[in-house]
Amino acid sequence: MSAGTGLARLEGRDKVTGAARYAYEYPVDGALYVWPVGANVASGTITDVDASAALADPAVVTVLDHTNVPRLRPGVTADQSVLQSATVAYRGQVVAGVVATTAEAAREGAERVVVRYAEHPHKVTLDPDDPDLESPGTTNAGFPGTSVKGDVDAALGAADVVVDRVYTTPPEHNNPMEPVATIAQWDGDRLLLYDSNQGPAAVATAYGMLWNIPREQVEVVTEHVGGGFGSKVWPTPGSVLATVAARVTGRPCKLMLTRQQMFTMVPGRTATRSRIRLGARGDGTLTAVDHDALQYTSVIHEFVEQTGSATRTMYAADNLRVRHRLARLNLPTPRVMRAPGKTPGMFALESAMDELAYALDLDPLALRLANEPAVEPATGLPFDGRHLTECLTTGAERFGWADRDPTPGARRHGRSLFGTGLASSMYPVYQSGSTATARAEPDGTFQVSVAAVDIGTGARTALWQLAADVFGVPPDRVTIHIGRASYGPAALAGGSAGTASWGGAVRKAATQLCRRLAEHGGAVPADGLEVTANTDIDQPPPDRSRHSYGAHFCALRVDADTGQVRVDRLLGVFAHGRPVNARTAHSQLLGGMVMGISMALHEETVVDPRLGLFVNHDLAQYHVATNADIRGVEAHSLERADDDITLAGGKGIGELGIVGAAAAVANAVFHATGVRVRDLPITLAKIRGGSN
Amino acid sequence: MRAFRYAKADDPGAAATLVAGVPDAAYLGGGTNLVDLMKLGVLRPGLLVDVSGLPYDAIEHRPDGGVLIGGAVRNSRLALDDGIRRRYPAVARAVLAGASGQIRSQATVAGNLLQRTRCPYFQNTATPCNKREPGSGCSAIPGAHRDLAVIGTSDACVASHPSDLAVALAAHDAVVEVRRPDGIERLVPIHDLHRLPGDTPWIETVLDPGDLVTGVQLPAPPDGATAAYRKVRDRWSYAFAVVSVAAVFRRDAAGRLDEVRLALGGVAPKPWRLWTAERRLAGTDPGDDEVRSATRAAFAGARPLPDNAFKIDLAADLVAAVLRRSAS
Repeated sequence: MSAGTGLARLEGRDKVTGAARYAYEYPVDGALYVWPVGANVASGTITDVDASAALADPAVVTVLDHTNVPRLRPGVTADQSVLQSATVAYRGQVVAGVVATTAEAAREGAERVVVRYAEHPHKVTLDPDDPDLESPGTTNAGFPGTSVKGDVDAALGAADVVVDRVYTTPPEHNNPMEPVATIAQWDGDRLLLYDSNQGPAAVATAYGMLWNIPREQVEVVTEHVGGGFGSKVWPTPGSVLATVAARVTGRPCKLMLTRQQMFTMVPGRTATRSRIRLGARGDGTLTAVDHDALQYTSVIHEFVEQTGSATRTMYAADNLRVRHRLARLNLPTPRVMRAPGKTPGMFALESAMDELAYALDLDPLALRLANEPAVEPATGLPFDGRHLTECLTTGAERFGWADRDPTPGARRHGRSLFGTGLASSMYPVYQSGSTATARAEPDGTFQVSVAAVDIGTGARTALWQLAADVFGVPPDRVTIHIGRASYGPAALAGGSAGTASWGGAVRKAATQLCRRLAEHGGAVPADGLEVTANTDIDQPPPDRSRHSYGAHFCALRVDADTGQVRVDRLLGVFAHGRPVNARTAHSQLLGGMVMGISMALHEETVVDPRLGLFVNHDLAQYHVATNADIRGVEAHSLERADDDITLAGGKGIGELGIVGAAAAVANAVFHATGVRVRDLPITLAKIRGGSN
Repeated sequence: MRAFRYAKADDPGAAATLVAGVPDAAYLGGGTNLVDLMKLGVLRPGLLVDVSGLPYDAIEHRPDGGVLIGGAVRNSRLALDDGIRRRYPAVARAVLAGASGQIRSQATVAGNLLQRTRCPYFQNTATPCNKREPGSGCSAIPGAHRDLAVIGTSDACVASHPSDLAVALAAHDAVVEVRRPDGIERLVPIHDLHRLPGDTPWIETVLDPGDLVTGVQLPAPPDGATAAYRKVRDRWSYAFAVVSVAAVFRRDAAGRLDEVRLALGGVAPKPWRLWTAERRLAGTDPGDDEVRSATRAAFAGARPLPDNAFKIDLAADLVAAVLRRSAS
């Protein structure tokens, strides 16, 4: 068995030596270069696109705008309808595209295109008193917008102790290392893409919709991807523009976004505002949980971050209400980013639980243990494995929580204030149908193909191990092929469901191949033996509450002179079942925890309300945690909990590590300083008593 | 990005000749600031004259105890120089507190001093900016200015000087050596090198076209003085200063400050000496409150904006921390 062991990544050496080929690097003869032009107003109508100065350069082949491109069919999101109208919904929206023989000429041409607008008033601020707020029926991932159990208002009125607080998270951007990159090439009505994305099969489907061609006529090659974090789940406007440019010019067209363009031509996460009200009896029994979540979408497409959804699964309370409200703003449509909904929602809930513990004079660990539900609180569904209590108690023991003095601002050594905090984590177990093909060769080797993608998670290696284990051979006798839409319909690398979904199909195909081989008496025919299997019919019914859980424990210090935070330790304990590859699973948990620290202390896309502008659109200004910010991150996994929840075995791991981590940091900052920061990120200025 | 011509200068005279009469020429050092701004379309020079190969790449420790740092010395080399580390530790620490290892290895001392003041709107050609397009208006004053300057600013511009090195050099009373196009050397005290924005925020230094920064003279540090650099930033690496301080100071036998020089970064369009605070503190053995009060007094002429006013109290706390006895 190779599953569960920590085999090194198949492509690791290629990546660190530069041999791995990313989308933009495929050699294509006669390629042109595409540079998108972003709108210079936050709301308006294009009145004129003057391309004359750009076209004066003979290297510029054409300038595309809404008046001269083919019509696209509606895509998965309205942002994909590139150059389909004169309406500008947000600053940075693609309003033109320059196609040239070099990237430099395309870029300079884009500088020279003059777009004129009739400007309209814009709205870019998330405001709880916005009179136009909507109450959406459902959120992203199909959660109900509103759910009510019991009578929350009455329970809050009768509670011994009530915590009523507002927590906010700012807009954030995924910022993978590799920007969006695409090479698009048409052959008649067949489209070939070398593309950086989180699901070549889904991308093929999306382009099929846009161009009104069967998805089978779209081949998407995605061998290596330098990160996605949700930003590359669906085709983004720049890539669509590349397909338009290739269609118009009849030549292959290459596009790679700049870091600046990655803030408006690629989705990020909405700002969120969560009002949390918790009611409890004096003994710590929760009687009411109310989560009123506000988020935004663009004015052209509805995306509702499922900010309150985690609250429905966490703590027992007879009265539980979760509502979502939605503002429509002149900002790019936000979409999924690093545990959508769960991350901002759990920052709010787990901060509020800490505040409740202080209000009750109870240990925050004890408060959580006292309110452990027997069934999923909002639905009454039985849990298919939970283990939150075990994560919390195991973490407390490893961390040394027991001797904690809860007094805030009381541990000062030299010029540092020390504090600790904890928070729970959770993430749903998703899985969807996928297609895989397994092939036995006469020489005793096997080929397995699935339209999976490895966005840095180690999925390729995990799938390879799963296949080898079914065949019962050493992994070096198996070759795994991923990253092509033509391998068949398959799940996305999203929702922490990639390996579970693709792995389920790989196991099914491999298992069926073994059965066929057995029917052949074990002999492989001269031309090999091949089986294709699909797992659409193998998905479990929604009769259980399926999630992974975990717990974060944070120790940090705050400089008493400046307010600077140093996270000395973040310890996580997670219940996710058997990992396929122990090494890459551990890396994913660590990576999630690092993202949690980054979210807690650094990440914020600053909006200029006057201009409707994302101001800090590069990595010098949009801060993510650097190596120097990270010390003492430890991830531990509970042994063998819930090993058979997905078709690949254990539960998904990708996003579990981030959820709750920001609250653990915020709770530790309070413990260190007595300052409760409810608006992320936790900056030194906020700790010093300001709002910046 | 505009197409441009590139020439490498073999000697200083040739460099001056190459740029003479070319209004859109620029000297190129490490390129870590200029080339970035060219990619963004903010600067569009037609000719770059590469001066990184000129013979200004030595660090010369002089018999009088001072040092001459060549303008083409790479920042990383400056920070690793043994004499700098021993005798001017604030300079070494300031360099290491800035940018990233890769950028420090590329950037030059002259380029560091002459990097443009920073503002997100200056870097974004889609927005109005008086520094980039004179008269178009300042977007930062009514917009995002949390990281920008609080003193020395004008109604036209609130951009801040981002250099760490320059702050340490200011505390050491550095003198900048400038070669004029006619070959004559001109000495400019670092305090006079940068101009405040006033009504002409696009003019950031006193240099004339064709002037080349060839080196930086540091006088010998006061005997027995402490030199410290401390930078407050929003993360522990690769971030510009929210506020930084360089301090060169010495106490007499009674504990009184008989020498104190303080320069701040992150608060102004240039490295900002706290002259008035220095005068108030000299000859005293101040407690934290006295240091804070003296620092705040030095901000009497400040023009803080709603989102960056916190920098003044932060500066006061930071200076107090650096001068505190237990810290030194």
